[in-house]
Amino acid sequence: MMETIDFKNAAELLELCSRHQWMISDVMKQRECDLSEVPMDQICHQMKHVLDIMKQSAAAPLKTPVKSMGGLIGGEARKLELHRNRGKSICGSVLGRGIACAMAVLEVNASMGVIVAAPTAGSAGIVPGLLLALQQEYHISDDRMVDALFNAGAVGYLAMRNATVAGAVGGCQAETGVAAAMAASAAVELMGGEPCQSLSAASTVLMNMLGLVCDPVGGLVEYPCQNRNASGVANALIAAEIALSGIRQLIPFDEMLDTMYQVGKRIPYELRETALGGCAASPSGCRFCR
Amino acid sequence: MSFISVFDVLGPNMIGPSSSHTAGACAIAYLAQKMKSGVLQEVEFTLYGSFAKTCRGHGTDRALLGGIMGFATDDVRIRDSFEIAEERGITFRFIPDEKETDIHPNTVDIRMVNDSGAVMTVRGESLGGGKVKIVRINQVQVDFTGEYNAVIIIQKDRPGVAAHITRILSDRNVNIAFMRLFRESRGEKAYTIVESDNRLPEDITEKLLENPNVQDVMLIQP
Repeated sequence: MMETIDFKNAAELLELCSRHQWMISDVMKQRECDLSEVPMDQICHQMKHVLDIMKQSAAAPLKTPVKSMGGLIGGEARKLELHRNRGKSICGSVLGRGIACAMAVLEVNASMGVIVAAPTAGSAGIVPGLLLALQQEYHISDDRMVDALFNAGAVGYLAMRNATVAGAVGGCQAETGVAAAMAASAAVELMGGEPCQSLSAASTVLMNMLGLVCDPVGGLVEYPCQNRNASGVANALIAAEIALSGIRQLIPFDEMLDTMYQVGKRIPYELRETALGGCAASPSGCRFCR
Repeated sequence: MSFISVFDVLGPNMIGPSSSHTAGACAIAYLAQKMKSGVLQEVEFTLYGSFAKTCRGHGTDRALLGGIMGFATDDVRIRDSFEIAEERGITFRFIPDEKETDIHPNTVDIRMVNDSGAVMTVRGESLGGGKVKIVRINQVQVDFTGEYNAVIIIQKDRPGVAAHITRILSDRNVNIAFMRLFRESRGEKAYTIVESDNRLPEDITEKLLENPNVQDVMLIQP
């Protein structure tokens, strides 16, 4: 009987990678096949559909701005795109594109367009933001992008299994933090890094975003959520660069994930998606209080 | 699904802005419409907790109405569900109830009336990340997620009905993953929910109805 591929933590994931000489994306694809009993080509096809939705949601608002349901955001992605196209970006090409795409996805989300929760709707801009910017910059094929999404999925799965991805439970660090960890890990694999470097980048992100609170103005998935998706892309890019350069992290991903979870549970109730504290409670934010 | 799939992480594919307040709301109403018979004429949504508080800004109302018309969570028609419902001649109402606090924060009661005047009520909870649970059907407490292939049987609480159900399913080689019974009170109306990993054959509905104590059968497949 063939072995069923599954893992409970990052240590087991790395062990599978080294035993089979696989990338993280290979393990995640095989796991999905084994556990869902759906053939590999169908699973990859389904992920291609995810990629297509990501592309559409990251592109549309760059040309056509849309106003959000709550009225707090709309048009930011287009401004960034025009700014970059005028050659005025101080972020450079990858980060400039990345933050425009990430903010675009949040614009689509807040105006009832179609998005992929990655891992949540409020953090849906970060994974497509960074990965699509890399695809454009380095002319990466869709097949390799699909692999990168499986890599991102592995990190997100561990967060869902062993910690939380809900802002109401663990604050924004659990949503945009995990999304950025997913993006960083996938970016490392996409740019030729090793599995251990992917997870090292994911660990770095959680460290750098530790303690971030969830404080949506008016209780809506709009502001500061959209800004935080842009900063998530930046955090992911920085962490991927650190890992790809060969710098190693003291704290492995499993420990960092647990640390994030423990910190999350100690974040006061007012700062966990209740709209009672943080930005939501500032005088300007509270003009939208109910 | 009993495991966390990569498509639970990169998904659901959905209309924004919130997986719990938009996609989850749509999913609850989508399951509810699968349970009703006939053509929907009237629908009333009573929203509780956070659903009642932030309904409009999250498009919870449009998502519920879209779901009740059979739109999936990633169907762009959700945005225009008010207009589409009006075109279809469906009367709809939203009632926020912020007084009830002893309830899951994202709960909705859906009251549906079909073209022959039959009334059905369903209570659903949105659990986060697009996951939902149906917790009440016509005042009877149940527990149903819609993630498996399921058949819901409404029956009289009489001896032999459960045996009848399992015999029909075993004749068709259906492997039961979960089977649960719920009832209003002794001797009254009861509900059986059977869930299976594999798709259920459509003709079991007829077979199940052959027992005089079986009143209605709803087949709900993802």
